[in-house]
Amino acid sequence: METKIDEVKPQVKYTAKDFIPDVEVRWCPGCGDYSILAQTQRVSPDFGELKENIVWVSGIGCSSRFPYYMATYGFHGIHGRAAAIATGIKLANPKLQVWIATGDGDMLSIGGNHFIHACRKNVNLKIVLFNNKIYGLTKGQYSPTSEKGKVTKSSPYGTVEFPFNAIKLADAAGATFIARTTDRETKHMQEILLRAAKHNGLAFIEIYQNCVIFNDGAFSNLTDKETKADNILLLEHNKPLVFGANRDKGIKLDGLNPVVINLNDGIHSINDCWVHDEFDDNPTRGFILSRFTDIPGMPTPIGVFRQFNKPTFDGDYVNQIEEVKAKKGKGTYEKLMFSGNLWEVN
Amino acid sequence: MAKITRIIEDVTVRFAGDSGDGMQLTGSQFTDTTAIVGNDLSTLPDFPAEIRAPAGSLFGVSGFQLHFSSKDIQTPGDTPDVLVAMNPAALKVNLKDLKPNATIIINSSAFDAKNLKLANYETNPLEDGTLAGYNVIAVPLTQLTMAALEDINLSTKEKERCKNFFALGLMYWMFNRPLDVTIKWIETKFKSRPELVEANKRALQAGYNYGDTTEIFTTRYEVKAAELPKGIYRNISGNEATALGFITASLRSGLKLFLGSYPITPASEILQELSKYKEYDVITFQAEDEISGISAAIGAAFAGALAITTTSGPGFSLKTEALGLAVMTELPLVVVDVQRSGPSTGMPTKTEQADLLQAMFGRHGEAPVVILAAQSPADCFYMAIEASKIAIEYMTPVILLTDGYLAFGSEPLRIPQFDELPEINVKFRTEPEGFYPYLRDENLVRPWAIPGTPGLEHRIGGLEKSNIYGSVSYDPENHEEMVKIRKQKVDNVQKIIPDLQVEGEQEGELLVLGWGSTYGAIKEAIYNVRQKGFTVSQAHLRYINPFPRNLGDVLNRFKKVLIPELNLGHLAFLIKGKYLKDVIQLNKVQGRPFKVSEIENKIMEVLGGKNGN
Repeated sequence: METKIDEVKPQVKYTAKDFIPDVEVRWCPGCGDYSILAQTQRVSPDFGELKENIVWVSGIGCSSRFPYYMATYGFHGIHGRAAAIATGIKLANPKLQVWIATGDGDMLSIGGNHFIHACRKNVNLKIVLFNNKIYGLTKGQYSPTSEKGKVTKSSPYGTVEFPFNAIKLADAAGATFIARTTDRETKHMQEILLRAAKHNGLAFIEIYQNCVIFNDGAFSNLTDKETKADNILLLEHNKPLVFGANRDKGIKLDGLNPVVINLNDGIHSINDCWVHDEFDDNPTRGFILSRFTDIPGMPTPIGVFRQFNKPTFDGDYVNQIEEVKAKKGKGTYEKLMFSGNLWEVN
Repeated sequence: MAKITRIIEDVTVRFAGDSGDGMQLTGSQFTDTTAIVGNDLSTLPDFPAEIRAPAGSLFGVSGFQLHFSSKDIQTPGDTPDVLVAMNPAALKVNLKDLKPNATIIINSSAFDAKNLKLANYETNPLEDGTLAGYNVIAVPLTQLTMAALEDINLSTKEKERCKNFFALGLMYWMFNRPLDVTIKWIETKFKSRPELVEANKRALQAGYNYGDTTEIFTTRYEVKAAELPKGIYRNISGNEATALGFITASLRSGLKLFLGSYPITPASEILQELSKYKEYDVITFQAEDEISGISAAIGAAFAGALAITTTSGPGFSLKTEALGLAVMTELPLVVVDVQRSGPSTGMPTKTEQADLLQAMFGRHGEAPVVILAAQSPADCFYMAIEASKIAIEYMTPVILLTDGYLAFGSEPLRIPQFDELPEINVKFRTEPEGFYPYLRDENLVRPWAIPGTPGLEHRIGGLEKSNIYGSVSYDPENHEEMVKIRKQKVDNVQKIIPDLQVEGEQEGELLVLGWGSTYGAIKEAIYNVRQKGFTVSQAHLRYINPFPRNLGDVLNRFKKVLIPELNLGHLAFLIKGKYLKDVIQLNKVQGRPFKVSEIENKIMEVLGGKNGN
């Protein structure tokens, strides 16, 4: 059953300024977080919610300072617990639009359990994961998304751990809107944020975010002018998977294996390319797409991997309460206490 | 043959059998019927953590003790007058607890070679003189049950499982109790299986008739209704009372009740109970873990709900970091810790009072919270309301300590009228003019400004905030000021908590000071000692942080203070530290509540009199 709440959207005109509080932002100069903050403030007026109904929740880390910089309601929690806190807020008042700002350590390491369970339940939350593949606030240890072999302060000889693939994890756990963007693709990020705001269900956005101090250049192949076009694959609904500076490379599905094809080799054409379907009910293709970052030679997809409708946890909870109320009538103290086996002493 | 009915004042009965024998059910049915006939009562279920321990084994024995009386009673009784033993293991485990001439009703069908061996009996205790001095009534309960159900179309196993109702019927006959409460229960419980309704009803009736017609039963007993205060009563367990107390607090405050919780023995029943009450807008969030349970509750408190989380020791430890967040953000939150034997997994189904110092000090930084403790199963109802009231009116986390003994034990609750209960004043801030998140009222309480309120958009969190304005602050003086404000705010709760009452002489030689679930045992012990002509007074703490205003004064009016606790001296530590008062300790950490006699003997020892016996 579709949830009945959130049907009436307010028509108040805000500007980005309405979402900028009177505080000094204290991220390092050049940090990718500034871009995420700016894009969010820019599109917040179009979220379709009254400002007082928007809540930003976070855990701990550089990214988790985000709520202090948004002029909405905000709750800066403790390490890893943002999803749990946000779930409590949403259940207690389903009218609120609840966002989470989090990082790769906060959400995928210490908060991993809350993350997968929020996805599993499809709580109507918007999770924005700032993935810089490093621990910034604690000054440079490897994170659960750091690539294997990464040399950091806590892995001077390189890590011997495999990283999490956040998109794959979110999809497998049950998120119903799964997308990726980067801190440098400002327009794209705005579009993704807006779409997440409109999604009814758990929206997960991974934003590749550059940490200028401890992991500078981690995404340079996706941001440098010379290499970007050959390494980023823009996912667009109903369009073939094509990339490259000259848009001459495509992705073809060979069985279950994605392969890069040359569109100018006289053998392949655009008609051989995999056409992206964001609303595919079958998770198989989304899973293959999510694995591109694990396969050498494949471009990194950005855009919406998958989006589909499923009843939300908070929506179903409200519905169940209403159903029981309709059946039993609203509870009263007398019904509560003066029931069962009673006896009277005179 | 004529049967004699004897009127007696007070009986303690224990049902014991395999953990799969339905002893808890039998006990609670006997309790419900006993409540309806108007006796005062107190119960003590005692069962292993294993759900279905191997049949016949000593460690698998499950017991349910019930003390009922025509006078006011406070405890489930030290020593049973009657034991119903469903097998040799149940006899072996419980025999040592009985009164010297107790009645033992034995299921002789279960006393075969195999069960005797499982219970480590080398010879049959029914034949070897082990039970000399007891009033032993051996009844082949299993056999008689099978015979009574002969023509019913059920498997042998299913028929055999009805034997607890045969035993119950027999006990109903023996204590002159009506069958209708249990019959009604059977009819509702097995509604979808008419053959089980028939079988259990027939077993119950057959047990009753067996007592009525067989010559081995010559005497039946009657315990008249107790003279309790006027009113309408229900029997209630501590966990049930806790749950209903919170729903009542929700009705009293007009706030939606939100529970974030993860199942844990012995607290799970609160979650289960609350999940039934959707028509009261109760939200029960069964979280993925303990930390999520409290974190979600903190989120719900931020959003304007009456937010609670329920747990026991191990879960309470996991929640401590988040509890610090609730202290820092100054949000209303109630944490219920149903204490059990620790540390670690300890003895999950057994009771203890050893979390008090964790409640008091178990957080990093200066993180004071309010601590309350319920003193009886029915008191859990009132303390849940009180905890909610303080949390909301003082914007502070409150820890409510109960324990396994209160959680599973039960007693009659006189149901109060709604308007007899304390008011809970909720003041949501709506006025944007002059609003700051950490403004203070005369009690240093900050405003509760919830999302959805226009013009009050603000940010709070775990970082230190500047007083009044609520912006992130690393200012050294501000931090110290905030630390002191948070402490003073909790101390200010003293203004609304009642003075400590002293029962008995207001000054003198000896005060017995307790807290939490030991109330009943201390009260009965003191009653017994006073009956012997000695002078001793009682005071019991339900408010532990802050302590009642007059506690220091009360302590100074007595030469000696005795503190009995089910730990190694947590309250004694706090009293000595705060009031520099020397105290005498009586400590027990066996996973069991105090026996009245244990406290009685200690009092006699302190008074220099003879041993209490």
